Formats: sequence, structure tokens, C-alpha cells
Amino acid sequence: MYERGWRRYGVIALFLGPSVIGLTAFTLLPILSSLGLSFTDWDLLRPPAFVGLSNYRHLLGDPEFWRTLRNTVTFLVGYVPLVLTTGLLVAVLLNASIPFRQVFRAMYFVPVVTSWVAVALVWKWLFNPVYGLINSAIGTLGITGPAWLFDPNWAMVAVILTSVWKDTGFVMVIMLAGLQGIPREYYEAASIDGASRPQGLFHITIPLLAPTLIFCLSISLIGAFQVFDQVYVMTEGGPAGATMVLVERVVANAFSYSRMGYASAMSWVLFLLIFVVTVFFYRIRRWQP
Amino acid sequence: MSLPVGIPQGQSVSAVKPAARPAAARRVPWRTIVLTVVALAGGLLMITPFVWALATSLKPRGALLALPPQLVPAEPTLGAYVEVIRRFPFLRVFGNSALVAVATTLGQLVICSMAGYAFARFRFWGRDALFTLYLATLMVPFAVVITPLFIIVTRLGWADTYAGLIVPGMFSAFGTFFMRQFFLSIPKELEEAATIDGAGTLGTFVRIVLPITGPALATLAVLSFMGSWNSFLWPLLIINDRDLMTLPLALSTLQGMYPGQTQWNIVMAGTVMATVPTILVFLLVQRWVIEGVAGSGVKG
Repeated sequence: MYERGWRRYGVIALFLGPSVIGLTAFTLLPILSSLGLSFTDWDLLRPPAFVGLSNYRHLLGDPEFWRTLRNTVTFLVGYVPLVLTTGLLVAVLLNASIPFRQVFRAMYFVPVVTSWVAVALVWKWLFNPVYGLINSAIGTLGITGPAWLFDPNWAMVAVILTSVWKDTGFVMVIMLAGLQGIPREYYEAASIDGASRPQGLFHITIPLLAPTLIFCLSISLIGAFQVFDQVYVMTEGGPAGATMVLVERVVANAFSYSRMGYASAMSWVLFLLIFVVTVFFYRIRRWQP
Repeated sequence: MSLPVGIPQGQSVSAVKPAARPAAARRVPWRTIVLTVVALAGGLLMITPFVWALATSLKPRGALLALPPQLVPAEPTLGAYVEVIRRFPFLRVFGNSALVAVATTLGQLVICSMAGYAFARFRFWGRDALFTLYLATLMVPFAVVITPLFIIVTRLGWADTYAGLIVPGMFSAFGTFFMRQFFLSIPKELEEAATIDGAGTLGTFVRIVLPITGPALATLAVLSFMGSWNSFLWPLLIINDRDLMTLPLALSTLQGMYPGQTQWNIVMAGTVMATVPTILVFLLVQRWVIEGVAGSGVKG
């Protein structure tokens, strides 16, 4: 920035103007409107009517909302530990000196670049209770598989497994980057001191990988709160509401039932949850020496 | 390695060193073998769903209900593909996805790199407050934005247009943050030398700074392209016109197209057609994609 006088402002406007205008119109303005809308009753036909905290009060007394929240937490509790474990295991596996590492890495990563809709459709067919590959494989063990997406007790399990399959490669790549930052000398020194390989994993790998693990934990948590595509394609919240999740209900309330205010209030509850998680992990990361 | 031709290497080794130090001497890494087998088994498990989709797409309708399901179709047919192309403007949909993803990515590269540069190098009143505001918007989930965004874009007359698909995606607080971090990491000296030679800020940016920004731009391009190419919720809301549908949206309608039972061979044929080009492109630019994703993590 070396121009002087009015030209200086011209240069600032040139570099920053498009970004500021765009983000104001398509992000900031919607955020503020959404907050405002959450205090109104609006069905898109009549103008919004201010109703104070009524939407939020209604939410707290709405059994469907609590069910939705519980389903979202169920998804998160199943998905996050699983995807972190598989991602870490695959990363450790592919960090070892084995042949064809690039080929394996690609095999595990392909689901990440595939669109969620395609993945959800394939898994919906894999989970078909009668003609699907999964129950047929389970059947060869002499066990009758569950009805998966048609069974309220198993539908969320199916969604979780699908999500873990899709995101393992993503976690793997980030963990691999973290693993490659750990100097090999540490392992050599430990092995000279007589440490076993599992000891190396627990006393060298995991502590030194902690920042990467925390990063993966925080983004997978934040992502899990916002689960949508797979649920929409695989179950649309069913069966019997067993997979209704927050974003899916926000979209349904806003665009199917035209309850704009109620949907906005629900989305701000989602924001609050994500905000708490973000602040928590921000503190943890700063607290680290 | 000047082994006589015709004598297999293994033989000559065992001839020189008979049984005395078998595995240890040649360091047959049994551990490597086990790990490779495990990696291969896991990798095959990962690609089984793709194989299943491909197998299903090649089956005639009757073979879908065969028990046990065949992983290799007994009488493969391209009938399902013909049906998808006949009933659906698939090439058009493909073009839409490509156009939207390329335009969104180019827009993000230009807008984010310029804004990121301003935040990294310019000094002006309110800069840090503005940057904090950018960071704050990163925490807000898309679900919060989506209702008013839909209304704004509709009021602009952009429902069922390419503009509605492209323009809102061109501005990214994350991209701006990402580019700023990159610009902060490169030394100022080159730019200062250019200024002494009388170049303006824009000229310096284009001629001196951008040429060394390649890796960061590549990372942002990969993330932006993947995000746009696979985006589902926004096109679902803003597009009704079949001629403007993007791939994920078109795929999702395929399953509802057939009343009653979903014809899985046709749905899987559509899925394969949508997925194979994505995978081919990924394999071609694999290094960039993986470094891009890893880079987003390390910097985040």
C-alpha cells in the first residue's frame, strides 16, 4: 500500500470492496436477518409479526425439538469417536513403510471426493434389508440382519456407518500430515530404550499428535452438529422421526412448513451449540504449552 | 546388480547363505507383509460400495432381486445407462456442475486473494475489527444463513438462474483468512523493491505477489471446487428448473422418479456416471487434492 491521498482509498476499495460487499449481502445480512426473524412469526405470506421470545419458548416445550436434538447428539456420539479412530488407525497404517502407499491412500480417500448424494444413494441400496449386499453378507454368517433404514432402532446406525466410511479418508489425510511432522529419531531412541511399538504409539505418537487430534475432534464435532445431506437422501428424517436432525428440521420448518421464525430460532440454537464447542476447543488449544 | 541372467535372485541368495541366517539376514519384514495385507483388506472394503454400484448398474432389472446378490453381473447390460440418458439431460447437468464449480472457484480465487492481501499488507482504520468480523462469521453454521439468503437471492430475481448458484458462493471468509495467512508468511522485500521501481499496488500484486502464490491458490481452488461440485442443500432450495440442476441435485431426483419401487439399476447407473469422472479427475490431480485438504487442516 504505497499510494497516497484519495488514490489510497481507491486501492483499498479495489482490493477489499468486492469481498466486503459480497459477504455483507450473502453472509452478514442473512445472519442478522435470521437473528431478527427468530423473534418473529412469519409464513412468507403476511409480513413478519414480532413475537418476542415465543419461538424459543415454543422450542423448549416442543417434544419434536428435543427428539431432534437427541438424534443429533446420538449421531455425534456414534460418528465422532468412530471416524477419529478409523482415521487415526489408517493414518498410522499408511505412515508405516509399506509398498503401494500412494495407491492405498487413494483407495481410502476416494469417498471424500465423491458427492454425498451419490454416496448416500449407494449405501441406501447396500443397506437394503433383503437385496442389499450388507445383509446378504451378514446372512452368510447365519445371522438375519436388521431392516436398517426401515427400522427406527437401526436407521441412525446406518447413517453413522455411512458417514464414517465417507469421512475416514479426510481424517486420515490430516492425521498423516500430523504424523509426518513427528521426527523418526524419537521412535529410534524409544526402541533403543527398549520400548515396544504399542508403547511408542501411546507415549510418542498420541501426545505429539495431540494438536492434530484436537483439530480433527473439533471439526468433526462441528460437522456432526450440521449433518444433513446423507440424512436427507437416505431417510428424510424417518422412519418415524428416528433420524430427524437439527439442520434437516430447520430446512423442513422453513421450506416445507413456511415457519420462518421458528426455523430461524432453531438454527440459532444450533449456532449456540457450535459456539460453545468452538470456544471450548479454542481455550484448549491456547492452554497447551 | 549384475546377476547372471537366468538365475533367479532368490536361488542365488539361498545358495550363498544356506539356512544359517534365514529370515533375519534378508530382513524379510513379516511386519510389512501383515501391514500391507491389512491395508489392502481395508482398501478393498473401502471400494466395495463403488464395485457394488457398478455391478448393480450393469444388471437388467430382474437380476436386482437375485439372492444372493451377484457382485459380478451374470448377464451385464448397458440398458440402465441408456435409460438414464433417455430420461434425463445428463450431459446438460454435467455441464451445469462444471460451469458452476469453475465460476465459483475463479471468483473465490480473485476475491479472496485480493481481500486477503489487503488484510495482510494494508494499514487502514478499522482493519482489525473488520477482520475479526470475518473470523466471527466462520463460526456461524450455514443453517442460520440459509433462510434469509434464500429470500435475498429470490428477491434479486436469481432463483432458477446460474447467478443464484454461483454468486453467493464466490465470497468466502475462510478463503480470505486462508490467503491472508499465506501473504503474512512471505517476506515484504520483493514488493518494496517493486514499489521503489515505481509500480502501483495493483501492478505489484499481479506481477510480483501472485506468481509466488501458486501453492496457496491451488489449495484454495481444490477446496472451493470440491465444495461447489458436491454442494447439495443450496441448489436443492434455489433450483427447480431441470435444465439448471447440478449433479447432486439431479441424482437425488433420480430415486424419486420411479413411482413405487426405486429402480436401483437406473439410480446406480446415474451414480456411476456422476462419480466416475470425479474419481478420474481426482486420480489425475491427487497430489493437489490431498495436499489441499491436509493444508486446510494444518493451517486451521
